Amino acid sequence: MQSFIGIDLGSTTTKAVLMDDTGTVLGRGITNSRSNYDTACAVAKQEALINTRFTLFRQNLGHDSGDANKVEIFLEGLERNFRLVQFIEQLNDLHETCVRNTAGSRFEGKEKAVAEALGHLFDQLREDALSLFAPGAERKSDFFRDIAGSRYMHFGELVAKDTGLGFDLLLNVYDKSIIEVENRPPSGEMKNKFLEALNRVVKEGSLPFNAAEVEEPVKKALDVDIIETSVVGTGYGRVRLPFAKEFIRSEILCHGLGAHLMYPQTRTVLDIGGQDTKSIQVDPKGIVENFQMNDRCAAGCGRYLGYIADEMNMGLHELGPMAMKANKVARINSTCTVFAGAELRDRLAMGERREDILAGLHRAIILRAMSIISRSGGITDEFTFTGGVAKNEAAVRELRKLVYENYGEVTININPNSIYTGALGAAEFARRAVIN
Amino acid sequence: MSAKETVKEPSMLKQKEMIARNYDAITSAKETGRKVSSTFVPGNLNELVMSFGILNNLPEINAIQNGMRKASGPMIMDAEKRGHSEDVCTYVKADIGMMARGNIAPNGKPMPDPDVLLLSYTGCFTFMKWFELLREEYKCPTLMLHVPYEGDGHMTKNMVDYVVKQLKEVIIPGLEEVSGVKFDIDRLREYMRNSAKAEDDLVWVLETGKLKPSPIDAYFGGVYYIGPMFTAFRGTEDAVEYYKLLRKEIQYRVDNKLGPITPDGEMKDQKYRLVVEGPPNWTHFREFWKMFYDEGAVVVASTYTKVGGTYDQGFRHDETRPLESLAEYCLSCYTNRNLPDRIGMMERYINEYEADGLLTNSIKSCNSFSAGQLLMMREIERRTGKPGAFIETDLVDPRYFSAANVKNRLESYFQMIDQKRKGAKSAA
Repeated sequence: MQSFIGIDLGSTTTKAVLMDDTGTVLGRGITNSRSNYDTACAVAKQEALINTRFTLFRQNLGHDSGDANKVEIFLEGLERNFRLVQFIEQLNDLHETCVRNTAGSRFEGKEKAVAEALGHLFDQLREDALSLFAPGAERKSDFFRDIAGSRYMHFGELVAKDTGLGFDLLLNVYDKSIIEVENRPPSGEMKNKFLEALNRVVKEGSLPFNAAEVEEPVKKALDVDIIETSVVGTGYGRVRLPFAKEFIRSEILCHGLGAHLMYPQTRTVLDIGGQDTKSIQVDPKGIVENFQMNDRCAAGCGRYLGYIADEMNMGLHELGPMAMKANKVARINSTCTVFAGAELRDRLAMGERREDILAGLHRAIILRAMSIISRSGGITDEFTFTGGVAKNEAAVRELRKLVYENYGEVTININPNSIYTGALGAAEFARRAVIN
Repeated sequence: MSAKETVKEPSMLKQKEMIARNYDAITSAKETGRKVSSTFVPGNLNELVMSFGILNNLPEINAIQNGMRKASGPMIMDAEKRGHSEDVCTYVKADIGMMARGNIAPNGKPMPDPDVLLLSYTGCFTFMKWFELLREEYKCPTLMLHVPYEGDGHMTKNMVDYVVKQLKEVIIPGLEEVSGVKFDIDRLREYMRNSAKAEDDLVWVLETGKLKPSPIDAYFGGVYYIGPMFTAFRGTEDAVEYYKLLRKEIQYRVDNKLGPITPDGEMKDQKYRLVVEGPPNWTHFREFWKMFYDEGAVVVASTYTKVGGTYDQGFRHDETRPLESLAEYCLSCYTNRNLPDRIGMMERYINEYEADGLLTNSIKSCNSFSAGQLLMMREIERRTGKPGAFIETDLVDPRYFSAANVKNRLESYFQMIDQKRKGAKSAA
């Protein structure tokens, strides 16, 4: 099967979209960008390929079973177990790397003790992994670094206490190793992991099918040869992509085309990403007519929210929901990321509610975006909002208000897959380069 | 910088030598007993100043020199330490910082204090404040020529008379007093005759941007071409010779259908033809230029090359009516023109130079140049149907040049032009 892949190397996350020769999206993948774009690119692409397999499973199973709900239950179990297999593979890699990194003056005389402690610690992590990926379990993040990191800290402290070794030793070896593991390109072997996941899900015993009913369609889907016909890259890291220049597109063009593919009536696109905010005007074919971006600093970009989350000691995804609980919107004048911290503390000191301050900070970001929009030529119906911040309900609420105040009734499109807009545009560029 | 040798043409070497000689003359003024004036590029009265035997020192050019030598950053920080805000024009701050560091000229010798501050153009409000600061520092006479803004899009007889009256009553007597030399109108006429000759050649060079391929880059190369004309050399034999030499070089490129010379050699592939509005960034000049020629973008016309005279719009220094002509020169500089006039000029450039669009380099610390730029760009897009793009940098403050950001916008713009060209067929 021919496939066309778009990769969007963002400052925070790297996204990949895979489509077939008709332009139908089969798979999407996302990973954190790390400091190593090559690996991020490989991981995102692999994630899109994995996701594509699931689409193929769904297609194959759908034809036979005729019961979509049952298929979804099975696929959820299959994916959960697949992630478990992947997670354990990476845990084993981390374990080996940690042991290897137990060297140097700091560890002198304690190498054996640390290695033993690590053995103990990783046994617990592997055991714990089963519950992390058990049916119904919730994980705070899908990225290995986040999950493994927080569990390592948890068990590491316990192990340090039991063994009498300093926790700092375990922490030190983890810090050295995690970057190495994270930057190691993932092993390409997928088929065996899927088969192992299939075994595990069958063993769980809660399958809504007979094992034989699912094994054949899954194996058939695994036999499909997915050929990477063409790959186009975009985003800030695009120069790092190992492609020829003609396979690299500016993210402004990709976002414009991606938004057009999602909503063909789109004329104005707003993308708020990690480090930049773009307002793009497109014509009826998705061709960029005009654009404006934030200048010289990341004021009012996604990173601003990240900074606020750090300041408040909260998760990025908790900000929006908290801001939604505001009684009033605190007036925050600065979109400067650095000043925001000072404003925040000042407001807190004056006794304002965190919810209200957060609502104000979200409004400040959107005000900044509105200014960039107006510089690009304003909003023409329909208006499509993309990028990581489009997932933040509080930001969206402020945006709706301000769009209405400034431009009246406008159709505002926000796609659940909006984070993939740039990668989608890139994949379509890859497809057009071959198909046309 | 790469170890590769930068390509330089004979005219560039000649200009380099002229600049070096001028700095030597300025820094040895004490020994030679010559007087030094400080003045600005737009509306500069070089012929008049020279007719009194006074040397011309241009603080803007010093700031540019420092910017290109990567020396302006610490100077600006010094000025900020002395209380100048972050938003102040960075030419001013580079100059203040340069003074604070001993006012060392590029030849390594200290600049003498000026004998007179000649403010011959007031279209930039900051110039006035700048000279106030310098006057405080040097305690020397300041001569101010008030040049009315062409707010209605044209100069009137009243405006010309007003400037001439000031020349007669303030500037000429003032320069006589400073120099101890009596005004000699014939000497002025002679310099102006030289100016007009060189101006003809400069216009010829700038207009070769209309050819395909363009033998010049009218922005990055253009700032070298206007160098002698806009600074201390207009009216000299040296400048006449420089432009002859330059014209010959360009003629050779025209005859052989060659592209402009960049620091990496001849630019071969010209995929995009641009008109550029706004001054360049000086601290990353090479890096900035490379972003264009690496992508096959050549600038065929620019407005920055008109700040020291709109010669391509027909103005020439006229020895037969010297003072009126100097007045008209000051009045007609690009920065003294109103927005509709600037829009008209750029629209003509897009059409006559068959450009793909207008790129604006908006300068963070220059309100005088930047005000209204987005508005102008929109109007030009509307009139020509050609796409515009907007990038933001600064003159000589290295902190305001974000290479990744600028490159991203430029590449997007070039790809946008590509897309537009293919537009009718498909969006690929």
